[in-house]
Amino acid sequence: MYGKGILKGLGVTWKRFWNTYLEDISWLLSGKKRYFTEEGVKHRASKHARGIFTVQYPEERLILPEEFRYVPFLVYDEGEGGKKEVRCTSCGICAKVCPPQCIWIVRSNDPNTGRPIPEPTEFYIDMDICMNCGFCAEYCPFDAIKMDHDFEIASYGRNVYNLEKLLKPASYYASIRPENYAREEEARKAKEAAKAAKTAAKPAA
Amino acid sequence: MTATASTQTVDLVARFPGIVTAETRPGYSGFIVEKDKLVEVATAIRDEFGYDLLTAVTAVDYLPEGKMEVVYHAYKTTGGPGLVFRVQVPRVDPIEVPSLINVYPGADLQEREAWDLMGIRFTGHPDLRRILMWEGFEGHPLRKDWKEPFYEEDAKPFKSRWPEGRHVSAEDRNPYKDNLKFPENFDPEKWIPDNDNMLYQSLKRYTVKNENGLETDHIVVNMGPQHPSTHGVFRAAITLEGETIVGLKPVVGYLHRNHDKIGERNTFLQNMPYTDRLDYFNSMSNNLAYAITVEKLMGIPVAERAEYIRVIMAELSRIQNHLVFIGMLLNDLGAMYTPALYAFEERELILDVFEAVSGARMMCNYLRFGGVVRDIPPYVMQKIKDLVFDRLPAKTDEMDRLLTENEVLVARLKGVPVIDAENAIKYSVTGPVLRAAGVPYDIRRADPYSIYDRFDFDVAVRYNGDLYDNYLIRLDEIRQSLRILQQAVKQIPDGPINSQKPQYQVRVPAGEAYGRIESPKGELAFYVVSNGKPNPWRYHVRPASFVNITCLEKICIGAKIADFVALLGVLDIVMGELDR
Repeated sequence: MYGKGILKGLGVTWKRFWNTYLEDISWLLSGKKRYFTEEGVKHRASKHARGIFTVQYPEERLILPEEFRYVPFLVYDEGEGGKKEVRCTSCGICAKVCPPQCIWIVRSNDPNTGRPIPEPTEFYIDMDICMNCGFCAEYCPFDAIKMDHDFEIASYGRNVYNLEKLLKPASYYASIRPENYAREEEARKAKEAAKAAKTAAKPAA
Repeated sequence: MTATASTQTVDLVARFPGIVTAETRPGYSGFIVEKDKLVEVATAIRDEFGYDLLTAVTAVDYLPEGKMEVVYHAYKTTGGPGLVFRVQVPRVDPIEVPSLINVYPGADLQEREAWDLMGIRFTGHPDLRRILMWEGFEGHPLRKDWKEPFYEEDAKPFKSRWPEGRHVSAEDRNPYKDNLKFPENFDPEKWIPDNDNMLYQSLKRYTVKNENGLETDHIVVNMGPQHPSTHGVFRAAITLEGETIVGLKPVVGYLHRNHDKIGERNTFLQNMPYTDRLDYFNSMSNNLAYAITVEKLMGIPVAERAEYIRVIMAELSRIQNHLVFIGMLLNDLGAMYTPALYAFEERELILDVFEAVSGARMMCNYLRFGGVVRDIPPYVMQKIKDLVFDRLPAKTDEMDRLLTENEVLVARLKGVPVIDAENAIKYSVTGPVLRAAGVPYDIRRADPYSIYDRFDFDVAVRYNGDLYDNYLIRLDEIRQSLRILQQAVKQIPDGPINSQKPQYQVRVPAGEAYGRIESPKGELAFYVVSNGKPNPWRYHVRPASFVNITCLEKICIGAKIADFVALLGVLDIVMGELDR
C-alpha cells in the first residue's frame, strides 16, 4: 500500500509527541520535578530519557563529570595564617608538553647564590591559545596544575592569566574533583610515610 | 580484482630488474622505482599483482639528503597487507614526477595536494592547480625550508617559554608584513586573485547549437562555500546544461591550517590533541589511528584492557557518526530537524560517555601510546552497557521505522546512482560508500588492526551503489558496531590501561609507519616518518573525506543539480578533516 511507510514513520513521531506529555504527567503524579532540578537533568541524560530532552542552559545545567576539563589553574595549599603554599616548583614540564605552547614560566633564582629555587616568579597561561587538552595536568609531577570546571570565561579582552589569577586553593580542587583529590592525597601520604620510614631507618644502619 | 600474485611477498625487483630496487634504509619498507618507469611499474602493480586500491600518495622532503620522495601506498580490495613504492628525485626545482592519474584516478587530488604543499610537479596531470592553498601563494609550505608566519623555532618545545618565559603575543613579536613573503612586484591593494579564472578554465564550457539554430550556453553555478548543505565551507563550481551537471570542480581549503606542518613542529605526543580537530565528530577514531601509527614506529605493545577500551570508544564514535549522518542527509534532502534531532539525542548520550572518560565531549584526547589516559569508571561502564544493550538497538530500530520505508524518501533516493564498484576502487573511495557499491572492503577485516580479529561481526555490504543503499549501509553498520560493542563490554578484562609509564617525551626510533583504520568515513591513515628526534620528520594525514571527494566530479556528471546535495551528503565529508 502506498503511504504505508509514511504512516509508519509518522507513528514514530506521534509516539514521541505523546511521550513528552506522558512523561511530564508521570513526573507530576509522582510529585517530583522534572525541570530545573538536578534529578530531572540527570534523568534526561540516562538511558530512560524520553520526552523533552533539552537542558535549558543557563537555568539548568548538565551535571559535569569529575573528569570534565576546561582551562588549567594552579593549586596552592593553605598554610598557616592563610599563607599560600604554591605547589608549583617551576620545573617547566607543563610548558614543555603544552601542544600550543601557551604556558610561560619564569623560574625563581636565589638572589645570593643564583641557583634556581623551586617556585615560579611569574606564571602565564594564554587562555586564548589554550586548547584544553589537559596534558599539563596529566604530566605535572607535583599535582600543581589541574584542569578547571569553570567554563564561563568569556570576556571583552585577552585572557592572559597571571600567577595571581591562576592560583586556586586545594580545597577548591578537592571540591571539583573529590575522587582524584583523595587518590592523590593518599599517594602523597604513602610517599611521605615511606620517606619518613627511610630517614628513621637511616641512623640505625 | 583478480589477484595473480597470491603470495604476500611481491618481488617487484625480479619483475623489473634495474628499474626497481628494494628499500634498504632501516625502518623503511617497500620498493624504490625509477622515475621514468613509474607509470609502467604502477600499471603492473595494479594489473599483475592485484593492488587495485591506491590509498595514499604523499611526498617527503629529505632536506639533508637533498632528495624529494613521493610515497605510494597500494592495497588489494581482496584484503591483506599493502605495498609501498616510492620515487626519489633530486631536490632541485623543477621537481618532476610522472602522474599516476591514468593508472589510479584516485591519485588526482592527492597529487594536487603534493604539488601544492611540496612543489612536486606531476607531469601528465591534466589539472595541476593548487588545492589547499590559494593560487598566487608564494612557496610550498610543507618543504622543510619554508617558514610560516609567526615562525618561532623548528620544533616544540620553544625555548622562550621556560625558564625565562615572559608572555609575548605572537602577533606583537612578528607584526604583519614582517613575516609574510610576497611574489615580486606584489601589491596586496591592487591584487585581483586569478584562481577563479583558472578554476573556470578547468571546467568544460561550450556552446551548443540546437536544430533550430538556437545557441545555448552552459552556465556555471557555484555551490558554496556559504551553503547550508555543503557541511561547512565546501565549494563546488558546477557547469550545467539545463539541470544536468556536465562539469564539476571541488574547491576546498577554506579551513586549511596546514595540519601536517603543525604536526612536524609538535612532538609526537603533542599531536594527539591536534588529531581530535581533524574529523571533529570522531576524535576517538582519529586518536586511534594516530596512536596505532606511532606504536608501530615505536614497536610497543598495547595494554590488553586498553585495546578493549579503544574498540569500545571507536565503535561508539562510529554509531554517533552514522546517526548524525542519517539525520544530516535527511536535513539536506529537506526533512528538516526531526530525524536530525532524534539522532542528536542519542549522540548526546554517547558524548556523555566520552566526556566522563576523557573530560571533553568532542576533543577527547583520550588515547596515549601504549594505552589510554584513564580507566573507564564503573558508573560509565554501566552507562555504556545500558546504551549498547538497551537504548541504542531500540533507537536504531526506531530510526529504521521512521525513515526506511518512507515512500518520499525511497522515491528520492532509490535508483539515483552514486558510484559502481569498479569506479569506486579506481577513484580510491573507501568506507561505507565503497561498501554500498558492493565491495566488501572493511579494514577491520581486510587488514585487521587493534583487536578487531577477535570479534564476531559482518562486513556490511550493499550492492546497488545508489543513494538508498548508501543510506541503508549506515544503519547496517550501526547494527554491526553494536554487535562488536556488546561483545567488547562482556569480554573486557581487568588490568593496567597502559603498557608504558606515563612520559611526556616518547622515544621513537627512525623509520616510517603507515597506520590505517576504518574510520566511520572511510580509511583514515597517518604516515609518519621519524628520524629519531623528539619531533616527527614527516607527519601526513590521509583523511577519508579528502580522498573520497576525488570521485565527486565523476559521480555528479550526468546527475541533476538537485541530486548534488544528496550525492555530496552520502560522501559524508567533514571539513576539519578535508581541509586540514
